[in-house]
Parts: sequence; structure tokens; C-alpha cells
Amino acid sequence: MSVKKFIVGSFDDEAVLFPAVKKVRKTGYKIHDVYTPFPIHGLDSTMGLRDTSLHTAGFIYAITGTATALGFISWALTYDWPLNFGGKPFFSLPAWIPITFELTVLFSSVGMVLTFCYLCQLAPFVKKDHFNLRSTDDLFIMAFECTEKTNETEAVAFLQTLGAKNVKVDYRETQWWLGRYDKEIKVFDKKTEVAAV
Amino acid sequence: MGLIRYESQVRVPLVEGDKNYHQITEDICRPVEARPSRAWWIGFIISVAFLLFGIVSVTMEVTYGVGQWNLNKTVGWGWDITNFVWWIGIGHAGTLISAILLLFRQGWRTGVNRAAEAMTIFAVMCAGQFPIWHMGRVWDAFFVLPYPNTRGPLWVNFNSPLLWDVFAISTYFTVSLLFWYSGLIPDVATLRDRAKKKWRKLFYGITAFGWTGSTKHWQRHEALSLVLAGLSTPLVLSVHTIVSFDFATSVVPGWHTTIFPPYFVAGAIFSGFAMVQTLLVVTRKVLSLEQYITIEHIQVMNKVIVLTGSIVGIAYLTELFISWYGANKYEGFAFMQNRLNLSSPYGWAYWIMMGCNVLSPQIFWIKKMRTSLTLTFFMSILINIGMWFERFVIIVTSVYRDYLPSAWSTYYRPTIWEVGFYMGTFGLFFTCYFLFAKFFPVVALAEIKHILKRTGDVYKSKMGELEVQPAEEFAEVHSHDHGA
Repeated sequence: MSVKKFIVGSFDDEAVLFPAVKKVRKTGYKIHDVYTPFPIHGLDSTMGLRDTSLHTAGFIYAITGTATALGFISWALTYDWPLNFGGKPFFSLPAWIPITFELTVLFSSVGMVLTFCYLCQLAPFVKKDHFNLRSTDDLFIMAFECTEKTNETEAVAFLQTLGAKNVKVDYRETQWWLGRYDKEIKVFDKKTEVAAV
Repeated sequence: MGLIRYESQVRVPLVEGDKNYHQITEDICRPVEARPSRAWWIGFIISVAFLLFGIVSVTMEVTYGVGQWNLNKTVGWGWDITNFVWWIGIGHAGTLISAILLLFRQGWRTGVNRAAEAMTIFAVMCAGQFPIWHMGRVWDAFFVLPYPNTRGPLWVNFNSPLLWDVFAISTYFTVSLLFWYSGLIPDVATLRDRAKKKWRKLFYGITAFGWTGSTKHWQRHEALSLVLAGLSTPLVLSVHTIVSFDFATSVVPGWHTTIFPPYFVAGAIFSGFAMVQTLLVVTRKVLSLEQYITIEHIQVMNKVIVLTGSIVGIAYLTELFISWYGANKYEGFAFMQNRLNLSSPYGWAYWIMMGCNVLSPQIFWIKKMRTSLTLTFFMSILINIGMWFERFVIIVTSVYRDYLPSAWSTYYRPTIWEVGFYMGTFGLFFTCYFLFAKFFPVVALAEIKHILKRTGDVYKSKMGELEVQPAEEFAEVHSHDHGA
């Protein structure tokens, strides 16, 4: 495993964090991640992350559930073992709606949660590192990766001018979970900058 | 950079006191990190004792059969199914608070949703016990599942409301659990990162699933919560609708009515909120969380109680009117003789139900009453009793005298093992709740932090200055900006 070098700055106010994220991206540094104690709306798009497709996955699981329920019940009650309930039709769709609905919800929820855990690589006994333990308490931690070209002192000073407190250079071993998302970050373009004023 | 979170001064702050993010963490983690108090131990031991008595009662029933309960051919559903419907009704408030109020963007849900969701899960666990042990030959309980078997395979009857119930309740339990736990993960991560002792590091390390708070993870987490809320909203309505179908699709007088689904759902929300009040009025006091679960929260829930209580009242009156107007003499008899008539064997139960559910909550039209903690607690107990009697009235007074007078039951009263089973579920419920309140934060940490700068006391008082600004100036300075 190789060791990577990060510049890590902590912010204590999200109002300072937002412009800092923008400036860091504009300057050309590649943000590794921003760790926050609670969801901050708009930070993902400011960081240039694309929107999640988890919803779509949820929809696909949902229709899988619907199809499973309808397919199985109609097979069981009309083909495999048709039962005569008081002379009612074998294919009695209205009576199947409740179970169909429940399985739709069940498949969608379970599928989405599992997908969520897979995408975020969350599971019991998983250990990860998020640079500063206070990032789950009250600090917003921004980390960006250093390349050979990065001038450390310059980068640290730059982050300090943006309002970061306690900026330091940190080393981390690359592990399976490190640097998974940086491919997603799009290059900062002029258009979004205009829209954001 | 206008990262403004403006909210009108008219709205009462939901986080009281001078708080910052760290202070919130401290306040909410304190009860979890402190040693359990004497009161906690006493409560926990009593709960476990109830649970053990419940286990003994169930053992008696399994060993000697359902005959240990006073059920008979006429009253085939007694306390067991009453308790089942009662618990499942209570289990509706949590998901209502966390899902429906999330979709409606109600900020106040953040103070109470975590505890209410936990309550939901425990209540559904208790509810599930009753139909399972009621089966008698409980070792054959898996027969309710459609699995390939050697009897054909003979499939379960997918057209039966009782089977719908199996699917509805197991789905509801699973989805509530996932919703609750996925919301809990970031808060457990906070506890993990604060942990000093070795076992805490280990326990919260395992249960936090390796959460880091990465922006991408939060983005997915938000998407997940929103979609789960969207799925849970119709789910919560469907579950009690299906429970009501257990009754409504039969031809028993007093059950065979189309009003049941909305009437049951309203009753479920009503009783669920009452149980949330019972728990939170005590929890906020014992864990000193008064600044997070404020009087405003209590008041808003009391408003929900008076609304749903009145809906339930209208439902009672409607079915009473229709039983008279509909001129079906069996239906009329069920209502006029078995219920309304105070001198009939169970007339008293009907009037307890009316008094507790319809009349007593009307007191909450008065603001002073809504904001009184003692009264809220007392009322919540009263409503829980009333809602138990509602289910008892629906079930027992319908079946004990139906079409065939020769099959009429003599007075049905439960045996000690029937009562013991019910007490046992109380034990299960409170044992789980005590453990939850000890090991997990009862208030959603991250969500409170999320709304702090909008509804926090200190932040709100500063917003008054914004209101005197001219509109153009306000817009100029604080244009809502979500970044790129």
C-alpha cells in the first residue's frame, strides 16, 4: 500500500465552508472529500458531485417487487393450483393488490438500503478513517490530495486564508475505500460559477 | 454568500437555549454516556419482570393449548386480537412522524422522530406476538408463508385478508426497522467517535457501519431517507387498512362496514400519538432533553390527538347512525343492544371507549390544557385505555352474540394467562425502550443540527432584524444560494 498525502482543513461554519469549497476547486486542487456532521444541502453540487441514482435503483427494485408478486400469485392461483373460493374467478386481481403493494414496498426498501450500504461501503465491522473525529460532532473537514506538483506550504496557507482552522498535512495509506469518489468530481466550469453568484 | 436559513418569528423555536453544534452533541450524548441511573435500573428490572411473566404465560398456553385462554367457539377472538390491533395501532405514530411529516417538511418531527420510530418497532414486535401465539400449534407458524411444500405444493390463500396481514405487518416491521436504523447510523458514528472506553469503541464501531460523514454518503443518505419516507407513507396507511380488512371483509354484524379502513387508520394515529406522549413526557424529563423536546412539540402532538380523536368520534357516530338508518336488524342489534345499551353485558366497555376517545381529548382545544405536561401525560394514558376498549368493543361485542342465539356466549372474561401475555408484551416493549434509551441517542442528532440555524432559539431571535429590512435589500444580501 502506498501512502498518500492530504491537506486537511477544518471549518466550524458551513457559511465559510461553501465559498472555500468553490475557491479550492477553482484554484485547481482536487478535493478528496468533505466530511460533515449533518447533511448540508447544496454542498454536493458545489463540490461538483453528480446526483445520486439511488432513486432509480429504488424504482427498479419496486417494479421487480410488483412483478414478483403479480407473477407468482397469478401463477399459483390460476395455473399451479387453482382453488375455487365461492365461485369467484381464479384470476381475482383486486384481492391481490394488497400483497402486490406490500411486496413492491418491501423490495424497494430492502433493495435501496442494501444498495446504499454497498455504494457507501457500509457494513458492521467496517473501519474507515475520516481524518478528524470531530467531523461527526461539530466540524466540517475538507481534505484534498497532494500530487508531486503541490506546494504544501502554499496550499496550507491558501486554505487558511479561506477560513479553515487547524490546517495540517496528513498522511494516509491508500486503502480500498480511499479515493473512490474523486473520479466523479467534474472539472469546475465557468457556467456554474455565473449561476452561483 | 447567502447561506440564509430564514424562518418567520411567528414560528416557535424548536431548539431552546443557546446551542451550537457541539453543545447539541454533548446534551444528547450525555444520557448515553453516563452510567445508568437508579431510576433506569428500577424501570428496567420491572420491565424484565413483566417480560418474564409474559414468557411464563405463553409457556402455559403453548404447553396446554389455547384453552388456557377463556376463548370459546363463539368468542374466538378475545384479548389476544384486541391486544394485537392495539399494539399495531400504536406502532403507526413513529412512521407517521418520520415519513409523512418529512414529506410535509415539518421541522418539529426532528425532536421526536427517533424515539417515536423506536417505539413503532417495539410496538410492532409486541403486536406480532399475538397472532403467532394465537395459532396454538405455534411450531407450524411457518405455514403462513408461501414456500414450496410437499402438500402439492399447496399455496397459501392470497385472497385472504389474514394473509394480507402477514405480508403487511412483516413488511411494515422490516421497512420501519430499515428506516430507523439508516437514520441512526450517523448518530451512532458520533457516539463512536466520542467513545473513550474500549467496549464502547467496539460496540459503536460495529453498529456505526463505518460511517464517515462524507458528502457523497450524505447525498445518498438524504435520497434514501426521502424515498423511504415516500414508500412508508402509503405503507403506514395500508397496514392498518389491511388490519381493518380482517374485520370488514367478514359478514359479522358490527364488522361488515366500509368505513373501517379510514376509521382504523385515524384510530391508529390517535393511539400512536398518545403512546408517544406517554413516553416522551417522561423521557424528556428523565434525560433532561426539555430543550430539544419542547412544550411546542408536546403541543403540536396534542393537536394531532384532538384532530384524530375527533375523526374517530365521527366514525363512531357514523357507524351508529348507519346501523339505525340501514335497517339491517342484525347490524342494529349489534350496535343498539350489544354496545349502546349500558345494561348489556359489555355496554360499560362501549361507554368507556366513547368517554376516553371522543369526549376527553376535546379538552385539547384549549391551549392551556395542550401545554400542560401533567394533563398531557394523564390524557395519553386515558386515550391508550380508550383505544384498547375500542378494539375490545369491536371484537368481543360483535362476536359474542351474532346471528344464532343458541350460540351466544356467556360472559367472556380473560384468564390470568391471557392477561399475563398482555403484560408480557408491556415488558417486552419497555425492556426494549429502556435499552434503546440507554444505548442510543433518543433525539436525532444530525437532524437537530440540520435545523438548528433555522429554528434554534438564538438564531431565530436574530432573524427579527431581517424582517425589518426592505424586501429588495433582503433579497440582495440573502439570495438563496445552493452553490453551483
